[in-house]
Amino acid sequence: MTVQKFLHGIDGFNTWVGKAFAWLIVVLMLVVVIEVFKRYALNAPTAWVFDVNNMLYGTLFMMGGAYTLSQDGHVRGDFLYGNFKPRTQATIDIVMYFIFFIPGILALTWAGWTYFGDSLAIREQTFNADPLPLYPFKFMIPVAGVSVMLQGIAEIVRCAVCIQTGEWTPRLKDAQESDVVAQQLEGSDSVDDAAKQLAIESSKGLKS
Amino acid sequence: MSNPALGLVMLGLIIVVIMMGFPTAFTLMGLGMMFGFYAFYEAGMPFLDNKIFDLMVQRAFGAMNNETLLSIPLFVLMGYVMERGALVDKMFTSVQLAFRRLPGSLAVTTLVICTFWGIASGLVGAVVVLMGVIAMRPMLNAGYDTRLAAGVITAGGTLGILIPPSVMIIVYAAVAGQSVVKLYAAAMFPGFFLAFLYLVYVIGWAILDPKVAPKLPADQMKAKIQPWVSHIATQYNPNMLFALGKSLLSPAGAVGGAATQLSLSWFKLFKSFLMALVPVALAATLLGATWWYVVIHSQKDNVEAAQAQVTAKAAASKKALEPLAAKTVSEGVQLPPGAGGVQEPPASGGVQEPPSSGGVQAPPGSNDVQAPPGAEPDAKAAALEKDEPLVDMNAGAETSDAPKTESVPESFYTGFWMACAIFALLLVWYYKNFDAEQYEILSMLVVSVMPLTILTFVVLGVILFGLTTATESAAVGAAGAFLMAWQAKSLNFKKIKEAVFLTAKTTSMVCWLFVGSALFSAVFAILGGQRLVETWVLAMDLSPIQFMLLSQAIIFVLGWPLEWTEIIVIFVPIFLPLLSHFGIDPMLWAVLVFVNLQAAFLSPPVAMSAFYLKGVSPPHVTINQIFAGMMPYMFIVIICMVLMYIWPGLTLWLPKYLYGG
Repeated sequence: MTVQKFLHGIDGFNTWVGKAFAWLIVVLMLVVVIEVFKRYALNAPTAWVFDVNNMLYGTLFMMGGAYTLSQDGHVRGDFLYGNFKPRTQATIDIVMYFIFFIPGILALTWAGWTYFGDSLAIREQTFNADPLPLYPFKFMIPVAGVSVMLQGIAEIVRCAVCIQTGEWTPRLKDAQESDVVAQQLEGSDSVDDAAKQLAIESSKGLKS
Repeated sequence: MSNPALGLVMLGLIIVVIMMGFPTAFTLMGLGMMFGFYAFYEAGMPFLDNKIFDLMVQRAFGAMNNETLLSIPLFVLMGYVMERGALVDKMFTSVQLAFRRLPGSLAVTTLVICTFWGIASGLVGAVVVLMGVIAMRPMLNAGYDTRLAAGVITAGGTLGILIPPSVMIIVYAAVAGQSVVKLYAAAMFPGFFLAFLYLVYVIGWAILDPKVAPKLPADQMKAKIQPWVSHIATQYNPNMLFALGKSLLSPAGAVGGAATQLSLSWFKLFKSFLMALVPVALAATLLGATWWYVVIHSQKDNVEAAQAQVTAKAAASKKALEPLAAKTVSEGVQLPPGAGGVQEPPASGGVQEPPSSGGVQAPPGSNDVQAPPGAEPDAKAAALEKDEPLVDMNAGAETSDAPKTESVPESFYTGFWMACAIFALLLVWYYKNFDAEQYEILSMLVVSVMPLTILTFVVLGVILFGLTTATESAAVGAAGAFLMAWQAKSLNFKKIKEAVFLTAKTTSMVCWLFVGSALFSAVFAILGGQRLVETWVLAMDLSPIQFMLLSQAIIFVLGWPLEWTEIIVIFVPIFLPLLSHFGIDPMLWAVLVFVNLQAAFLSPPVAMSAFYLKGVSPPHVTINQIFAGMMPYMFIVIICMVLMYIWPGLTLWLPKYLYGG
């Protein structure tokens, strides 16, 4: 149970962080829409807006990496994997985490840290008429690296648990792409209830 | 082992490891990291000084700064909001009523809804499951052939990933360093052409063999008429257009007297009258937009070309530090289509335009550096542009020989007036039979289908016609999707939250994969694997068509076990440098890849959509029947590819017309 708690603690933390940063997409949308209005309707463009857009987008996806991992949202070749038993899946995963994931993410975090350090040392700014500081944006690389690494450790523990018990520890509940089936059918009056249930059941876990 | 051989080992290894099922982004990162470490290794060098670390972080930062990828979260958000905000089963009912007289009307409706909803939704599985319950059962109940019913759903469900605005195309553009807008323009006709071929197949089959798609019973073909509508029709005129018009002038018969319990007001009558005029408005904006684009907008570019050069240079110097500066087209400062990108020699403005059309209406000279093509028509443009792509199809014969940013030829004018006449005739014919039932169908269509359709076409139109960049259109489209859903009252905070979180997850998935693959392909090139592949292929001494077949066949086969994301970020870059050796247009090849992946998704026994559909079908439908239904569509896709190859204009005409060169 304690392992379970530990896993869900890390999952929950990264999910919370990821969801917090997810709202940047709404900010990004509003910034661009306002800029479109200012540029095309008022003919008064803003110089630094492109940099802001980039930073919003870059931060959004880097900080969403751990959240996505905690929801098993990174694309994988499901062709064979999907037909394996959980224990086999976990064994493959745990090996791969040690061979590929840990070296890759460690390198990213370390390199990101020095990259940020160099940028901070010179107080780097964007190349623009109205420059913005660039180093906080670069700081996102090591931060994202650490959070993905943390989630990776949780995933390794999850695999270890699965190898012991033969079953995957459940993940936190979260918005799923397949939820749309249930939502669309909710208000429908042309489909009967049995069919609705069947569709909602069979759409669970849809990935592609 | 020599370095190039090592590169090939790396490529082989990646295929094996992807098959094992570990998240591809991290596999790519890890493999690239290790092989890169070896490639950069020098004896006696401190461990942490290895250049691979620099390469890695630069690639990651490159992805974070990638202006092509920037539009992904916005398009994804738009899709999630649209698929949650649009009401599919209402759309299905109203479109089905509108098409009820066509042979195989249910199948046709399914295809139409799949296409439109597929544009919004990136999730093939969800489209298939949903249509499986909404459309499959009515079709089977109506006595449709199981293969026909299963085929349209599975084939229609995959169309959405091809028709712009699709995320697949953005990812491809980012990988290949091509312009998103040009690829969108290129994929436009093939996408709709494929949908058209599907339609021809379905209708043709239903005509040749009416048994497969029996007519619906009469009671299912009737639209429900509300009491006030029939009241007005009987009171004034069976033709609703005249009836509503008259009731506006003399509302006494509708509002007062015996009709009080219907609670009609003059305002409601007025709204209904406007509703009845929607087809006229659509036709008018369609024609007006064509006229505006061809005669006013595109001609202005020629005059503005000189100023545009200034704009282009400003944009270029601004982005000078960016490695991707060449893609300024998808970037902030918008180049008018006529300027054709940064690389155009300054003379082109003068060369293109033999000013036969009389120094075309000089634009307001006060344009400063930022003036986009027509700041003032822009607000209108949003409303105007929506059906632009359609006009080119409807009036195809007339406009297809229209100008390539030169002056407007005479043929455009004759064609345009002919199109006007045809539209007018169609409208007259439509309104002649405009009874109460037609009115009900129209109002259902306007409420359920039109917002989604207009939004899609506005977004596409605005991108394609170079009015804004892909990122800007995506943002406006996302905001529009929110408005649309808010107006349809189908969005609550819970759904918004879900859409936002899903957007974050999908974006992270795609972009982390991009980080991994950027590192991987850089290391692959450094090791010399890319060069080795090229030498091999060149040594095989293929003709262009052989190369085309070989490359597409490889992608087709890879499409079975792999997702499109993996194919595009890992394997496509290997083929890209070879295209120029064979003189194949990269844009044509790209669109062929998109269409090809459709075929891969439809090919048994790996096509997942067949299994999704089986899951929601009545028990008597077998998986073999579903596969049998899908097969013909796979062949249609292949026919479509052949046609695209024989007739490259299908793909290349639109980007050429819009962006020149």
